[in-house]
Amino acid sequence: MNTLKGYPVGLIENFDLYAPKLVDREEYFSPGHRACQGCGEALAIRLMCKALGKDTIIINATGCMEVISSMYPTTAWKLPWIHVAFPNAAAVGSGVEAALKALHRKGRIPDRYVKAVAIGGDGGTVDIGLQALSGAMERGHDLLYVCFDNEAYMNTGIQRSSATPFGASTTTAPAGVASMGNKTWKKNVPEIMVAHNIPYVATACQSYPLDFMNKVRKAREIKGPSYIHCLSVCPTGWRCPSEACIKMGRLAVETGVFPLYEVENGKYKMTVSMPENIRPIQDYIKHQGRFRHLTPEQIKIFQDRTNLEYKKLLNKIEHSKSWGEMSAE
Amino acid sequence: MGKRKGMEIALAAAEAAALCRPDVIAAYPITPNTHIPEHLSDIVAEGRLDAEFICVESEHSALSACMGASGAGARVFTATSSQGLLYMAEIMAIASSMRLPVVMALGNRALSGPLNIWNDHSDIMSQRDTGWISLFASHGQEVIDMMIQAFRIAEDRDVMLPINVNLDGFQLTHVVEVMNFPLQEEVDAFLPVYKPYASVHPDHPCSMGTLALPEIFSEATRAREAAIVNSRKTILKVWDEWEKQFGRRYEPIESYKMEGAEFAVLTMGSMGETAEVAIDALREKGVPVGLLKLKLWRPFPYEDLKKATKGVKSLIVMDRAVSFGGPGGPVASEIRSALYDEPSRPDLTNYIFGLGGRDVTVEDFIAMIDKVRLADKKRPKEHYEFYGVRGE
Repeated sequence: MNTLKGYPVGLIENFDLYAPKLVDREEYFSPGHRACQGCGEALAIRLMCKALGKDTIIINATGCMEVISSMYPTTAWKLPWIHVAFPNAAAVGSGVEAALKALHRKGRIPDRYVKAVAIGGDGGTVDIGLQALSGAMERGHDLLYVCFDNEAYMNTGIQRSSATPFGASTTTAPAGVASMGNKTWKKNVPEIMVAHNIPYVATACQSYPLDFMNKVRKAREIKGPSYIHCLSVCPTGWRCPSEACIKMGRLAVETGVFPLYEVENGKYKMTVSMPENIRPIQDYIKHQGRFRHLTPEQIKIFQDRTNLEYKKLLNKIEHSKSWGEMSAE
Repeated sequence: MGKRKGMEIALAAAEAAALCRPDVIAAYPITPNTHIPEHLSDIVAEGRLDAEFICVESEHSALSACMGASGAGARVFTATSSQGLLYMAEIMAIASSMRLPVVMALGNRALSGPLNIWNDHSDIMSQRDTGWISLFASHGQEVIDMMIQAFRIAEDRDVMLPINVNLDGFQLTHVVEVMNFPLQEEVDAFLPVYKPYASVHPDHPCSMGTLALPEIFSEATRAREAAIVNSRKTILKVWDEWEKQFGRRYEPIESYKMEGAEFAVLTMGSMGETAEVAIDALREKGVPVGLLKLKLWRPFPYEDLKKATKGVKSLIVMDRAVSFGGPGGPVASEIRSALYDEPSRPDLTNYIFGLGGRDVTVEDFIAMIDKVRLADKKRPKEHYEFYGVRGE
């Protein structure tokens, strides 16, 4: 698959070939964990940890990643790691951050910067954890929250979440004679985070590792709240071959279903340039069993809404200004 | 030693918590505990306490934030009541499982419904089996003392468990009493800076709160039970030290006028104070009745109970909660079970009363004691009885 086709030539030729050599060789999320073959989420976490580096504390919501990485007495985590429950990673993260602040001030921990990073799946973030997330972001903790969105409750067996895309068949929103599967549009949580007026919000995907890692690094540097929504392909739940993980992520972006952008101090920017004409969603959904049942009419609804959402985003990218620019006007 | 001062008990609880120099406080407003976090935020705002005060968006997040902070090595404090405690319920048992010494002030209030903001013990009883140490205060001085003792007990390396200090909503939280406030240097001498056994920090990475398969879950549960049972030793040791330093003695069960008592009333919380007046009145009339005040609810003081009830013919247990469709009040059912194997045990009467803030008067106690004392022995006794309920 030539994903570079149609992309503008970068400033440095073959940048994407050489850049991976600059990535930290240290593995903070070690192999031997129990994730499924082709798990996009485990890959994304490995990349995230490399970008974050040693001085990081991970706060993990219950979910696939917690279960596959921390089966007592083993752990895949070489970073300090804490898990409490499903809906509260952002709240536990608030506490970790507050403790770091207080203990640092009182000289009870070494004098250097340590970043608190809370992570959760889509269920733990956009459904049951949304209140805790909103609270943590609104209070302005120095906390990065990364949502690894595989678009359903995969850990409990592919139940529908509010991040499940239109038309997908799940075990609680199944396709059938009287049902087209999930009837609702994916909840736009990055936009909800933007509405919290936090300095940095971004979307990402494990299929664009450098883009994702750059965003993680950027968020790490922000001494305040930040949010990254990382689409994480789940071959098991999406009903696609495990080797298609990277390809599915690329197609999600190229079809405009999941564009990669960031919102820095209010200003929207596309971080992975998109072709002038986005590919039809058919290219993306035809590989996935969860969309197999969709009729041409339903696919048209899906396509039209995708186009609209993409236009809405382009409009923001074109017209948004950063808070700094607006204050200076 | 200390400083005598009249103050609302909720504010005193906050002052006592502040004397313990918590690093992180996370709390959410709910009547009747609210004055505790309110006053703590005042103390932080005045610069008297160096702490991070997190205005969380729910009680679920209050306890979660406390756990994150405790996991990162901070001394933590929270306070709640009733529905707030139930909103924390998901996290309660995880706190004890992770052995994080969270200290909580619990302004006891009835569980809805119907909606009611006043006192009874149904909130804590619903969380009885979550592995927390539970202390019950019967007046303001005990609230102050237990609050400070709580940090020492919870953080002890032999314990490392969360702890709740129960103070009756309104009856204690909103009452002004004259109390003795320990001085900062006295508390500092009693309670050293918290040094966690383990914490999440890049200098010593560890994984906290991992997944346990059936192969290890039973062992983890047994270990937690052993920890809370063994915490008794530390609790008694801390109480001894408290007496040495501050002169006030604490026991799992406090006896009042039990010399030669044939009848004994057993209470938990603020009603013990009212019961004392009733006991005084009856003793003056020559009635051989005494009072037992249960202060340590978990770990349950079996040995103390057996000792305290020796020679008692009739034990009257007062409950401020009911186990619906079960064995009556939770305190009485605990005591029945504790005394079951004893070769000789007192006859037991269980009254359930004082629910949702219903007043408990001296006259009520006298009436209940008299009812037991003067009862027709031939008539079969109810397993438990709701006292003072109209329309029955």
